[in-house]
Parts: sequence; C-alpha cells; structure tokens
Amino acid sequence: MRLKALGATLVTVPITLFGLVLVTFLIGRVVPIDPVLAIVGDRAPQEVVERARLELGLDRPLIEQFLRFVVQIASGDLGRSVMTANPVTQDIARFFPATFELATVAIILASLVGVPLGVLAAVRQGGWLDQSVRLFCLAGHSLPVFVLGLLSLLLFYAKLGWAPGPGRQGIAYEDMVDVRTGVLTVDALLAGDWGAFWDALAHLAQPAGVLAFFSLAYIARMARAFMLAELSSEYVTTARAKGLSETRIIWRHAFRNIAVPLVTVLVLTYAGLLEGAVLTETIFSWPGLGQYLTVSLLNADMNAVLGATLVVGLIYVVLNLFADLLYRLLDPRVR
Amino acid sequence: MISSDWLLSSEPASRRQAAWGRRYQAWLAFRRNPLAVAGLAVALAMLLMAVFAPLLATHDPGAQNLANRLQPPSAAHWFGTDELGRDVWTRILYGARITLGMVVAVVLLVAPVGLLVGCAAGYAGGWLDRILMRVTDVFLAFPRLILALAFVAAMKPGVESAVAAIALTAWPPYARLARAETLRIRDADFIAAVRMAGASPWRIVLRHVAPVCIPSLIVRVTLDMSSIILTAAGLGFLGLGAQPPLPEWGTMIATARRFILDQWWVPVIPGIAIFLASLSFNLLGDGLRDVLDPKQR
Amino acid sequence: MTNPLVEINDLRVDFPGPNGFVPAVRGVSLTMGREKLGIVGESGSGKSVTGRALMRLLPPQARVAGSLRFDGIDIAAATPRAMRALRGARIGLVLQDPKFSLNPIMTAGAQIAEAWATHRRGSAKEARDAAMSLLDQVLIRDPRRVYDAYPHELSGGMGQRVMIAMMLAPQPDLLIADEPTSALDATVQAEILRLIDRLVTDRGMGLMLISHDLPLVSRFCDRVAVMYAGRIVEEIAARDLHAATHPYTRGLLDCMPRLDAPRARLPVLARDPRWLA
Repeated sequence: MRLKALGATLVTVPITLFGLVLVTFLIGRVVPIDPVLAIVGDRAPQEVVERARLELGLDRPLIEQFLRFVVQIASGDLGRSVMTANPVTQDIARFFPATFELATVAIILASLVGVPLGVLAAVRQGGWLDQSVRLFCLAGHSLPVFVLGLLSLLLFYAKLGWAPGPGRQGIAYEDMVDVRTGVLTVDALLAGDWGAFWDALAHLAQPAGVLAFFSLAYIARMARAFMLAELSSEYVTTARAKGLSETRIIWRHAFRNIAVPLVTVLVLTYAGLLEGAVLTETIFSWPGLGQYLTVSLLNADMNAVLGATLVVGLIYVVLNLFADLLYRLLDPRVR
Repeated sequence: MISSDWLLSSEPASRRQAAWGRRYQAWLAFRRNPLAVAGLAVALAMLLMAVFAPLLATHDPGAQNLANRLQPPSAAHWFGTDELGRDVWTRILYGARITLGMVVAVVLLVAPVGLLVGCAAGYAGGWLDRILMRVTDVFLAFPRLILALAFVAAMKPGVESAVAAIALTAWPPYARLARAETLRIRDADFIAAVRMAGASPWRIVLRHVAPVCIPSLIVRVTLDMSSIILTAAGLGFLGLGAQPPLPEWGTMIATARRFILDQWWVPVIPGIAIFLASLSFNLLGDGLRDVLDPKQR
Repeated sequence: MTNPLVEINDLRVDFPGPNGFVPAVRGVSLTMGREKLGIVGESGSGKSVTGRALMRLLPPQARVAGSLRFDGIDIAAATPRAMRALRGARIGLVLQDPKFSLNPIMTAGAQIAEAWATHRRGSAKEARDAAMSLLDQVLIRDPRRVYDAYPHELSGGMGQRVMIAMMLAPQPDLLIADEPTSALDATVQAEILRLIDRLVTDRGMGLMLISHDLPLVSRFCDRVAVMYAGRIVEEIAARDLHAATHPYTRGLLDCMPRLDAPRARLPVLARDPRWLA
C-alpha cells in the first residue's frame, strides 16, 4: 500500500522531467531570433547560413528536432554557449558552486532564526511577539529582494563600512586559492588559508543575509501555522494533564510533530532560493548560476538560457522528490 | 430600508437578504482587523492614483531636464528628480498605472483559466484529471521567476511579454486550489441533488461547483497580486519587463541603481512604492483569508 | 484526610464568542471524596469544561470564576509549578479518543514512561520497567510489542488502555475520565469501563466519570450529577436514580428503550425554558 504510493510518486518524476524538457524545447522554438544568425552572424553569406541550418538540423520536422533535443540532453550535452564559447554544461559547472554556497548559507541562517521565531510566535499567540512576527513576515513577503539588496549595500557597505562591496572575494585574494569544490569558503579551508576564508565569508554575509531574509519570513510563517495546529490538538492537552513543563510540551511533543512537515518546507524553500538568487546575484555581482542566466538572457544566448533553466528545473524536481521521500522516512505514520 | 437590523436579522425573509446579511457579517469581521483595513485603504489609494495619474501629476512623466538631474525631494519635485531630470513623483504615479495594469491583466488571464481547469479536472476525474495535473506539475517544477525569464527571453522584452510570461507561470496554483475545492464538494449531497435534477456536467461545474471555489480563489488572487507585483518589478529590474523610458517601478530602480551610494533616494523611492503596493495586497489578502476562508489559516 | 478530595463552589466559566462572552458553566457546586462520581449531560452542558477547569486545562481565553479546591489546594491561586505537581501526580485525565489524545510520533511505552519519570525520580530503566508493569496492569497481553508501537498501530481499545496506564503511572488520587469510551466500539466500551472501575477500586482513588450515557454511568458510579446548560440540575445516588425528580433526568430515563416494557414509540424529550433559570 505504502510502497504503491511511493511508486506512484516515482512514476511522476520522469513524466515531469519529460514535460520540463518539452517546455524548454518549445521556449527555444518560439525565439524570434534566428538561432543560425546568432551563431554565424548577420553578415554571413547565404551558403554558410544554409550549412549551419543543416548542421543544426533545423530543416527537419519539429518532432524529429525534439527527439534529437531529448537524446542530446540525455547524453548530458546542453549545446555550446555563444557568449562564452564553452559547452553550457561546463559553464554551469563553473557557476553553480557559487549559487550553491550562497543558497546553502542562506537556508541555514533562515532556518536557525525562522523556526524558533515561528514556534515562539505560536506559543505566545496574539502577544506582541506574535504580532511583530506576523508583520515581519508580511513585510518579508512584500519587499522586493533587489530593493533590500540595494538598501543593504547602502547601509552596510557605503554608510557603515561593515561589509565588503559586491563580488565574491577581495582583489587581494583573487585566484589565490586552488579551486577544488568551487565553494570558495570550503576551498579556502581546504587550502588552510584563513585570510581567504574570512574574506570569502565576509563577502558572503551580505548576499546570504538578504537572501535568507525572504525565506526566513516564509519559514517563520509556516512554523507558526504548523505549531498553532499542533498546540490545539488533544495530545498536547494529554501532555499538560501529565504535568509536563511547557518547555517539554512545546519542544518534545508539539515541535517534534511539526518537524516532519517543517523539513519538507525547508527543502522546498531551499529550492525556491534559486529564484531569489537570480536577483540577489545581480545586485551583489555574485558570479553564480543566476547571473549566468541573466547575462545570457540579455545576450540572447538561448543555449545557455535553456540549459540553465533546465538545470534549475531539474534541481527543483529532485528537491521536491527528496522532500517527499524525507517525509515518508521521518513520519512513523506513513513509513 | 437597508438597515443593519435588516442585514443582521437571524431570520432572513429572502435569499437576497440572507446573501447580503452574510456579506455584511463578513465586512464587520473584516473591519475588526486594522491591518487588513489599512491594506484595503492603501490598495484603493494606489488604484485611485493610477486612475487619476494625469490629474495628480505635477510634471510630464517624460519631460527631461538635464540641468536639474538627481535632485533631492523639494517643493518643486516632491520625490526629487532622476538621472535625466524627470520628476520622480509623476513617474511613480504613471508607474502605478503600469504595475496595476499588469496585475489586473495577469489576474484576468489566470483566474478564469485556473478555475475552469481545476474544476473540470476535479469534477471529471479520471484521465482528464491526471493529464491536467501532470501539466500543472510541469509548470510548478520551475521556479516562477526563472520560467518567466525564459519565456520573456524567447519573446521580446516588454510589458506584454512580461504579462504573458507571468500569466503562464501563475495559473497552476489556481488550478490546484480549484481542484482541491472541487474534490471536497464533488460528492456532497447538494451536487448529487442537482445531478439527479438532470443538470448537465457543464451546468454543474459552472453554476454549482465553481461558485463554491470562489472565496478561496479570491483570497489566493489577492495574496498572489503581491507576488505578481514583485515578479513584474523583478523582470523590469533585470531589463526584461517594461523597457525604459516607461516609468515602471522595477525599471526605474534598474536605471537608477548606480546612484544608490550617493543619490540613494532615486532608486529607493520606487522601491518603497513596490513595497507598499505589495504589502497592501498582502495585508488585504491576509484579512480576507480570515473572513472568507477560515479553514486554511 | 479532613479535606474532601474535590470541592467546587459556584464555578462559572465563560468563553469569548463573536458577540461577547458565552457562558459554558453557570454556577456549579460539587463536593466529592474518594468515590465514583458520574457527571452526565448532553454535549455543551459544561461537563467536560468542569472537569478541565479542575486541572486548569482550559484555553487561556476562558474566563473562570468561583472556587475550585483539590485536597484543600486552591486551584485558581496555585503557581504553575504547583499546578504541574498536581497534574498527573495527583489528578489524571483520560480523554475521549486515543487516536488524538496520544502523541502520534512517540511510542506508547515512551509516553507512559515519560508520565512516570516526570513525577518520580528514577533511571530510564526503572521508567521502562514501570511502564511495562503498567501495560500489564491494564491487561495488555503483549506489553513488549505495545511498548514499542506507535499509536496508529494500536486499536482504539488498546490505545485507551495505554492512555489509562499513562494516567495511572504516577499513582494519582483522582482520575477524571472524560467520555473515555465514546470513541470505542460498543463491545470494547464495557471492557474499558470495567478496567477503569477495577483499577480505581483497587487503588482507592476517586473517579470522576464524565459521560452523556446515563445508564452506563449509573452502572459504574456511586453518585450521579446531571448537568444541563451549565448547571447541575440534579445530584442523586446511583441506586436511587429511578426515583429522580428533575424532569430533565426523568426525560433522559424515559428515552431509554426497555426490554421488559417495550413501547411502540419512545417519548421525545420536551425541554422546558424554566430549566435554564
């Protein structure tokens, strides 16, 4: 019975992935820019254009083109970026670690603050803490990430001078640390270079803080809602009737019950951070996947755009699946 | 004739009285939430500002005055001037037109589609349901902004393609919501009664199932408006939404962001406008949810 | 031993509603010793609220007035710490449906052991042994299996036994059972009530059995208090129930089908607005 439900979930994954590829393909097909001209340039002679068209298989029926596209992607080839002249997969491998680092630090910050905030707001429902958290969450939902980023730069970089400016590392440390994982803080630690580590961390603080703020609002809101539902349930009355302390009731009974759905929320928020990363990276000149995507967009570099979109979609699907599996694993009722 | 006694009567004499009485009760409950009322007030004020922008504006939104650029707020220019000496207050007003126009366009495109798809899928069930839900899955598999970005890239950047892109990415949650509501009431006795009275499936969906989904859909739409505003502004900021010289708020921030360190008010003022617009819809939606849809708090 | 176990004097409880406070309990006075008292009434009559008020388990927005004493301790004035020492250790509470009243993600044994360990000093091993022995006392045949089972793996009757074991773990003086069998199958109901009855008698505890089922209560209790709309309308020894005088009690009794005197049609309970006064 339970295995069947799991099977059903697993079956949907390839279908979703197929849809993902189809949508990406279709987006690529509606481009008004001629992909041939983008490669050979407007001034190329007619026969060069024709040859490129044949090489790209653009004279074939749409279905055949799609099948080629699927086969090509399945073999891990996302085409070549016009802008960087590298294979898109290679570009993504180079830019992704920066985004990964940013999003990971952000989700850790957001969870560490957001979860206790939401839980305490629920415990003191209607109190001043609850009201402030509610207002704070709404404000978090309403502020554009790029405005917060600009304000943060204005305050912490320009006025207070607490944070280094945009970018991922100071000029003094540029290319000083061997790239192993691509995650700068980890690489610096592996190299034992504390100076580079602190520099990377300082550069990370601002964008990660800005990015964390948004997921924080959502996480606190969800934690509060889950917690309210649990606190009004009968087993909490039972726990009180047993004479347990409020702390024990909150953390050992109610919180452990929300831990499972909360982990799911955290995983999904983590996936959502990829979206916030696009804007945050632009503000802070953070050389990650988001910036790669926007720069490619503005240069009409469709292979890069579609490749990056597909990768982000793939990560999304995988994280969704992961959240689902985690839920099944952690909750004794569905295990 | 319409007194609060008539509205609050516990024994309404007609269906009309009952319906208005229920609405009045909801309004009374809504009014007790000061934040929600504030949200409604700000949203209405924005709407009026957008509609009467030409009357409220103090300058021409496109008029440049390079001798007078990047001025701080003053009596002549309430919100200062931008890098081309244009009046920021005037541009904010006209920007409200673009932003709210985009929001309305997206909602008008998305809500009916989502409602119909969801109700049809939920009511029909079977293969139709499965296919439609798979399709929503695919769309939900992309982060919203990134899918919108890819769409806009494929079309030409501009207000219309931004609206189309946001609409394309915004409908699946509505379909999901409508489907869930439909599943909840599909087997209810009153639907069975209508079916036995010989109503066609279309009539059942349109006249009996869809109206039940409306309250939660309204709540969702209101809360979604803020996210549409943010996505539109985000696209504008990345240079893929409204194009300069259009005074769209996100676009205004994009062109003014290099002045953040010295003339910080130039990019910050449109930011505040976006924040207020988005916050007002969030507060409004939050208040409406408590009133219209108490079960999904 | 001079104090009665429970002394309730003019208890009033109001809950905030959309149009001002709504009374749930309107002046209940009650005294009980180590006896078995049944509180009977329809839903909304305030019987559960009375029981929970005694443990101060009502939601914070409830307004409570009047005096509640347990073994001479003033419940309204007790500090939270004193209240915690009272809950579980001296008063136990069995709720209606084990499906909701047991923590779904803690094993049955862990929940019993926790109740034991909260009020007694002892090692984890001792808590475990105590829980095993309690499971045995509530007549569970395979305590080891049940100890490690999650609530959703237990039947309703088993769950309620776990609940009882948990509430008896710290050896309280009073057990409040709030509709303990309403969520169970009819065949299990009598079993659970007999179990409660025996455990309470053996330990010389007081029992407050809250139920809507008058005949059931009268079978297991010494005394019955009938509640209607937030008041006790009649207090009577269970064996004298046939001589009840209040029309509401009479009405409830008359609604019962009887094997020895079959009737074609059961009378409908006629409510008298004067009962509300």
